Amino acid sequence: MSSLRLTIWGCRGSVPTPGPKTVAFGGNTSCVEVGLKDGAVLVLDAGTGIIDLGLDLVDRGVRRLHLLLTHLHLDHLEGLRFFAPLWDERVTLDIWGPPSPMLGLQERIARSFSPPLFPIELRDVPARVTFRDVPREPWRIDGVSLAADLVVHPGPTVGFRLETAGSSFAYLPDHEPALVGIVERSSDWISGAALAEDVDVLFHDAQYFEDEYETRVGWGHSSVSDAVAFRRAVGARRLLLFHHEPQHSDDSLERLEAHAQSIAAPEEPKAELAREGMVIELP
Amino acid sequence: MGSRRQKHLVLILAREFASNLATPTLIADADGTLVFYNEAAEEVVGHSFAESGEIPLDEWTASFSPRDAQGRPLPPERRPARIALDERRAAHERFRITSRDGVDRDVAVTAFPLFAHADEFVGVVAIFWRC
Repeated sequence: MSSLRLTIWGCRGSVPTPGPKTVAFGGNTSCVEVGLKDGAVLVLDAGTGIIDLGLDLVDRGVRRLHLLLTHLHLDHLEGLRFFAPLWDERVTLDIWGPPSPMLGLQERIARSFSPPLFPIELRDVPARVTFRDVPREPWRIDGVSLAADLVVHPGPTVGFRLETAGSSFAYLPDHEPALVGIVERSSDWISGAALAEDVDVLFHDAQYFEDEYETRVGWGHSSVSDAVAFRRAVGARRLLLFHHEPQHSDDSLERLEAHAQSIAAPEEPKAELAREGMVIELP
Repeated sequence: MGSRRQKHLVLILAREFASNLATPTLIADADGTLVFYNEAAEEVVGHSFAESGEIPLDEWTASFSPRDAQGRPLPPERRPARIALDERRAAHERFRITSRDGVDRDVAVTAFPLFAHADEFVGVVAIFWRC
């Protein structure tokens, strides 16, 4: 088996978008499974994609899990309440997330597990759940090196870098580096650059066409050209465009992908759209 | 992990904020290295940030011979940015400098610390203007 096996369970941004116009790329919000060589599983974000993943994990009998949350906007958290392993007392789940200057991770997540939003309190879920702020320095889980760093997005938000002896992967699903500059900046001044530097695969926010971005500056997301510029700046070897705009149909997304490929130089890797069910194996 | 050293996001945001201000503003990191000053500050100090580059804040400040109203050298412990760095509190002072262009200028400086979290000090911002 490869050292990192990435499975996309959700790559839609902002709000789930089921329906006939989103069949090809999917309508579930952010969730990526990271399978490790020894069978261990890390999960990135708890958008609605985590619901189907949870059912699959139950079928596989996986009872030790780490969930890494980039931030707590609803599209990255709303699936957690319906994550089957959470309702299994045999499961041990560590939830990692960005520290906040104000409230702890557990207190912030508990808001979505309380009336009137939800009938069951977080403290009453059967699984053994531990809440952990992501460390400021790299750390290890099940043989994988992880790093988290704050990135430009409204509210405390981190991106992640995962690394094994042979592979590296960066996950920045909600990121607006153009707000503080990408082009003609030294990389230490580019948001998220250290996380994504020279990775084999970069999942990066590319929610908008350029004209859409012009009216949404500061909302925390990137245009497709900024995603391409960011990849170029950090030297990532492969770019997956992530966090699809909910108004974008499959046809629209295919145009976005074609546009991303048209603005890259011939020698650059061609950007690809993330799609639900996509599996990427890293050696 | 990545070999490059990444500026803390708070410093990146502070730089973007400062670069859009008409108020002279500088930023130093938690180690006391001057990491940025804006175009408005360039007018006061008489040279560009591109020329100075990242250097220790004390070294940069000393190059302007800061002194009090009586012409006595202003010791580091009275320099607002140094106070903000060492004591992690806001500080304000008026003093005279000699800019790189050889012009004496009276300036007022207010500096304050930047905390990403209560226990995570990441640097200081100093704003200054001619008196």
